[in-house]
Amino acid sequence: MTSNFLLDGEEVPFEPGQSVVQAALAAGRYIPHLCYHPEFKPHGSCKVCTVRVNGRTATACTLPAQTGLEVASVTEEINGLRHTLVQMLFAEGNHFCPSCEKSGNCMLQALGYDLGVMTAGFRHYFPDRPVDASHPDILLDFNRCILCELCVRASSEVDGKSVFALSGRGLDKHLIVNSESGRLEHTDIALTDKAMEVCPVGVILKKRVGFAVPIGQRRYDVQPISAQALADAPRGSQAKHPCKSCEESP
Amino acid sequence: MGDASSPPLTNKRRVATTSLAGCFGCHMSLLDIDERLFTLLELVEFDRSPLTDIKHCGPCDIGIVEGGICNAENVHVLREFRKNCKILVAIGACAITGGLPAQRNHLDLASCLQEVYLTEPGLEHGLIPNDPELPLPLDKVHPLHEVVKVDYFIPGCPPSADAIWSFLTDLLAGHTPRLGHGLISYD
Repeated sequence: MTSNFLLDGEEVPFEPGQSVVQAALAAGRYIPHLCYHPEFKPHGSCKVCTVRVNGRTATACTLPAQTGLEVASVTEEINGLRHTLVQMLFAEGNHFCPSCEKSGNCMLQALGYDLGVMTAGFRHYFPDRPVDASHPDILLDFNRCILCELCVRASSEVDGKSVFALSGRGLDKHLIVNSESGRLEHTDIALTDKAMEVCPVGVILKKRVGFAVPIGQRRYDVQPISAQALADAPRGSQAKHPCKSCEESP
Repeated sequence: MGDASSPPLTNKRRVATTSLAGCFGCHMSLLDIDERLFTLLELVEFDRSPLTDIKHCGPCDIGIVEGGICNAENVHVLREFRKNCKILVAIGACAITGGLPAQRNHLDLASCLQEVYLTEPGLEHGLIPNDPELPLPLDKVHPLHEVVKVDYFIPGCPPSADAIWSFLTDLLAGHTPRLGHGLISYD
């Protein structure tokens, strides 16, 4: 017997251990998300997947699916919150899309398109974040970092290298490289590492392959992220990847 | 004040455009609407714009501003637009985010000027320009919304002709402009 919860008034089936995001994606229902990645333990930090559940707000990526949940996601209120979150991310970093190699493949940008973000709205912070071009094959452009920790998680959990970490708090929080010099050239990162694949924005880039696919023909130029995320998501019974944080909850 | 002070004799919407710290690429994209310019000209007449060479903006329905704010003159022009235009539109990455000129924001202005005019290789007897006619650069480059209230934004570098056309036709028809997938673009 399958269990169900309600997402915007419609029943969504789930299997034990699935989070609300996982069950929704498996059922062909998109909940906007940014720091969530199907292969990693949910982080719950970007808050873009915020939904209203039985009257309270919660991040859908860390919320275990349960019978009786009434989840509201596509509402003016919740999409308005997501809109503001994306605006704040744009205002806090230096996101200059016209010169970014990740443009068109960038999840932050694609979310902006989907949520109709026409301006960052807030006063731009214009932080000073020098790039690290020391590695012969890899460029780090910290200007675009949104602190999702996906590279941190991939490097430690999959690659077993712990090349990246976050340091500082609040506005001073930033991505650091785990080497004595603090530079990427003195780490054992390799082009084949998982950490090279997971950045949702344009921080971790391979050198000498830039603009191989022209702007306008890239992933989210072809279809919006809401459609792309569903096309990528495992369907129904295939979606069994356990959600560790859910398993650990009481 | 040009001929803008006399009331318009038609029921066409009056539109002013300008480029501040921009490259005129957004204006080129506006011209890229090609033959739709004829339809547009049945609906609007231009006040201050590179197309008319009117020097100051008079009372207008719509003001379209390209480019960010990098010097004192930009601030004056933007305020003149805001004062005269019922609806103010920021067009392009520079007007909305500061864009390319804002890439200097993490550098010290004095060292920028020094590098460009004094220490750059090949410069002999260089001089930092100091003519009183030249507007003074601001310490930082700002997007428009940090200086005045902006009513609408058309992102893109530049926005496509189709995006500009979609926006303008919606606005002139009295609809809230909305750019869907394929028309909204930050690059």
